[in-house]
Amino acid sequence: MAVATVGRQTGFRSRLSRKIQDNLMAYAFMAAGILCFAVFSWYPLVRGIILSFQQINFVTDPYWVGTENFAAIFDDPLFWTAWKNTLVFTGLALVFGFVVPLALAILLNEIRHWKGFFRVAVYLPVMLPPIVGVLLFRYFYDPGFGLFNTILRGLGLPESQWTQSSSTAMISLVLVSTWANLGGATLMYLAALQSIPGELYEAAELDGASAWRRLRHVTLPQLRFIMLVLLLLQIIATMQVFIEPYQLTGTSNPDTITVMVLIYRYAFTVNQDFGMAAAMSVLLFVVLAAFSAVYLRVTRNAD
Amino acid sequence: MTLTAPPKPPLSSPAVAAAPARRRRPIGGSAATRTLFSESEIGRGRGRAAYWVVFTLVFLLFLAVFIFPLYWMFTSAVKTPEEYAQPNPTLFPQSWVPETYELAWDRMRIAKFFANTAFYALGGWLIQLVIQVAAAYALSKLRPMFGKVVLGAMLASLMLPATALLIPAYLTITDVPLVGWNLLNSPWALWLPAVANAFNIYVLKRFFDQIPNDLLDSAAIDGAGRFRILWSIVLPLSRPVLGVVSIFSIVAIWKDFIWPLLVLQDTETQTLSVALSRLAATSQVPPTELMAGLAIASVPMIVVFLVFQRSIIGGLAAGSMKG
Repeated sequence: MAVATVGRQTGFRSRLSRKIQDNLMAYAFMAAGILCFAVFSWYPLVRGIILSFQQINFVTDPYWVGTENFAAIFDDPLFWTAWKNTLVFTGLALVFGFVVPLALAILLNEIRHWKGFFRVAVYLPVMLPPIVGVLLFRYFYDPGFGLFNTILRGLGLPESQWTQSSSTAMISLVLVSTWANLGGATLMYLAALQSIPGELYEAAELDGASAWRRLRHVTLPQLRFIMLVLLLLQIIATMQVFIEPYQLTGTSNPDTITVMVLIYRYAFTVNQDFGMAAAMSVLLFVVLAAFSAVYLRVTRNAD
Repeated sequence: MTLTAPPKPPLSSPAVAAAPARRRRPIGGSAATRTLFSESEIGRGRGRAAYWVVFTLVFLLFLAVFIFPLYWMFTSAVKTPEEYAQPNPTLFPQSWVPETYELAWDRMRIAKFFANTAFYALGGWLIQLVIQVAAAYALSKLRPMFGKVVLGAMLASLMLPATALLIPAYLTITDVPLVGWNLLNSPWALWLPAVANAFNIYVLKRFFDQIPNDLLDSAAIDGAGRFRILWSIVLPLSRPVLGVVSIFSIVAIWKDFIWPLLVLQDTETQTLSVALSRLAATSQVPPTELMAGLAIASVPMIVVFLVFQRSIIGGLAAGSMKG
């Protein structure tokens, strides 16, 4: 009897110590990863929120300024310009970037030859470093000897000032951005199209549905989910636009200054004010988090 | 979702894989998946003619929109500056100065920035792989207490747009909490934040989850330790997913712009993208040399893409399936 109890106890104890050992082992494996997340992801989130209520001068410790940072950015006329421009950019980018990949994917799905070529071609710009596309288009946009005006001239159309005129600057930025990014969405639509069961089309055909009706009543409804997902992802991505205005029209141009460019300007160029930049980041974060929350809800429900 | 099935080579894109075999068959030959139009509709008569017209138009459109700009980039660099700047651009270079590439490489010091970027990309890849694989293995197979909480906290970071963290992350780099390091202009400023990539850890964990525990248990009975199991059993089985994570890590660092712009301000430490951006903003650089620089920056990505296109395109498709 006594022997049995002792046996059970050591069994329990060794199982406990084994469990502790296993956990220690597991956390040793995860330590570096957790540390990186803690320092470069979780901590900056908290720090960013705190910072938006602080002033920082790199000499003394940061000190509290209440809502002064927010008051300062609300007083800045560029604040409203930047938000307006960002919304215009996102809106225009949706007009092109949402419709074009869908149309291209539907078209490519019907093409039976050289499929590999089309997939590679459409995704090639996505692979390039973004600066390459932007600087390439800077040359195309050149009003003097740029390629686009040469083409317009050749077609007998009026030339454009592209990025250098306030009426066309924004659309020029949207064009580069769309060119550089539409490949991803196109290939995702294509994958979704290929998973539509062929019987649906055959059934529709038996019912005498024309190709147009098949598109409207079979293809598009089947794509509804992925369309919504890509719409949200695109809104989130385009609201963070930076490199196109930064490189093509500069950080001071009121026609194209966007929220991200303004954050950069607050922190690193004109104002050198990290408090204002942090306040602006918090606002951007709140807006994007709203879209992220919708996105999560949509994709969670799908599982 | 092909990403999560260890035995199969993952991420194979059936369409791309089978394309060469299909090329010679008639239109009706590729009845693998039924699409909007049936094979009979576009296989004969008017439908067939319409198909070829559309095919040709789309082909030319893709050539003009997606391939031509790259052709333009590579050929502009070999033109003389005079030819480059003339009001009517030439489709085929009339002059031939391939030395521009050498000039860009040496005088514009593209060589230095190329080496920097390659070092950042390969170093970042190695560090990410080691730390992320270890974490994903622990989360998937060692299943510690609060493992779900840790994974959840990591995944929550996917919700944070990178740009919203830019300012506090930058300040963190200038003065890392507790240790007080200033990582500005150091490769670690790119490498350590890159490790905090929940997507990679999630993909790795999902893949490890598919490896049967019996396999690991029998190895443990034979006396293999945790590390030995990871090294000799899990990793060899995970080669496909390791490949995908590797490609995405390297490409991400090569393409990144705004983060290296902020944390690598010293010219000597800059990445190729940031250096090109800076050089383009000055007027001292001949535009043909800049074009050569753009071409050089693109070549590694184009090569990676052409070599690994099946993994890359398949990875995207799998991502969209998962939603």
